[in-house]
Amino acid sequence: MQVAEHDTADGVAKELGGFLERRREQIAQRWADAPLFRTVFTVSRDEAVEACKAVVDALADVARSGRLEDVQAPGFAAVRDQLGRMAASRTQAGFSSSQIAGEVAGLREPTLTLLRAEFEDSSSEHLEACLLALTVLMGTLRLVVMETSVSAGEELIARQQLQLLEVATPVIKLWEGIVAVPLIGTLDSARSQVVMESLLEAIVDQRARYAILDITGVPTVDSLVAQHLMKTVAAARLMGAECIVSGIRPAIAQTIVHLGIDLGTIITRAGLADALAYALTEQGIVVSQGPAQGGSPR
Amino acid sequence: MSGLPATPASSVPVLALGDVLLVTLQGELHDATAEQLQDHISHRIAHHPVPVGGVVIDISGVEIVDSFLGRILAEIAANARLLATRTVVAGMRPAVAITLVELGLTLPGLVTALDVDRALSLLGRGPGSAAPAHPEGDA
Repeated sequence: MQVAEHDTADGVAKELGGFLERRREQIAQRWADAPLFRTVFTVSRDEAVEACKAVVDALADVARSGRLEDVQAPGFAAVRDQLGRMAASRTQAGFSSSQIAGEVAGLREPTLTLLRAEFEDSSSEHLEACLLALTVLMGTLRLVVMETSVSAGEELIARQQLQLLEVATPVIKLWEGIVAVPLIGTLDSARSQVVMESLLEAIVDQRARYAILDITGVPTVDSLVAQHLMKTVAAARLMGAECIVSGIRPAIAQTIVHLGIDLGTIITRAGLADALAYALTEQGIVVSQGPAQGGSPR
Repeated sequence: MSGLPATPASSVPVLALGDVLLVTLQGELHDATAEQLQDHISHRIAHHPVPVGGVVIDISGVEIVDSFLGRILAEIAANARLLATRTVVAGMRPAVAITLVELGLTLPGLVTALDVDRALSLLGRGPGSAAPAHPEGDA
């Protein structure tokens, strides 16, 4: 009668959960010596054992709920943070993700040995089913570890992208009523959006009449970049500021002409200094050389 | 024609400051109201006791400018130009400017200014510049 219960996958999973719970201590002791845990919890072995117990508990929980293949099983949520930390520290130690996966797989062996010993006297089919269930469960654990490490990496990339956007687009006040944006690097849609927003904010804050877009640091200008530039210029004009595009290198000028892009409505100047001079002149500000200094003290 | 023809009523007030007409738009503007405003401004320019030196439309209180309102603004400016008057749109918000540009509405015929103060000095009628000949820049 017991066989009937054992044969269902759910029953096997429940039994596996019970086994994990019973052998919690032994499994944890063995895992604590595995490199995966030993290198993360360097302070004391007890700490590593505690961490191992938490993972075993999580596995037992998942097994009892019968969701052996479910990465999203609620049992994993408790250890996700810990596993992520472990994977991160292994990555910092210079391990590739496949190596980390291999280390997680290494945890299976001691557990399998214990499981074999536990079910020695039951039928071979039943033992087989239990071993299979454990293998599936360990595979899921491996997936969870990989997933956490990958998502941690993705988070880092997203954060750095955001930082890069902020760092790369400063708006500088050059003079009363004149702001400048030195653009550096490739201008894609996301960046040009940030440039436009920060430039318009600066125009309001500084009450700027002139905005200079310096593209000295932009390596190439294609039709898309030109379109972004023209959009920014148009938006600034709607705010009541005049835009000057400066720093167009000869090669870029040739490209623009070759592509047949019409920048006719945009004021362009060769360099940032020329653009500043234009903006000053338009405002009626005259910069002149002061009386000789230092040369002949009176 | 009689002295004062009936001007279309508008829910948006048009203030006369000397020879400048100041229109302040607030919040959302319905399409019908915008069209009424367009008529109203044309009438005011045509029948103003002294020649109108400029129209300032303050849209700093407007959060959404759709393609219709954009076109109305351009048409008001075009109407005013035909009546020998300049129009300045003042105080457009950054978000509105970005939206208009993304919509492809760059409003090329429109003169813009940062705020009403700037718009008035652009028309040569700023508080500091009594004489329209020298707008600014003696500092």
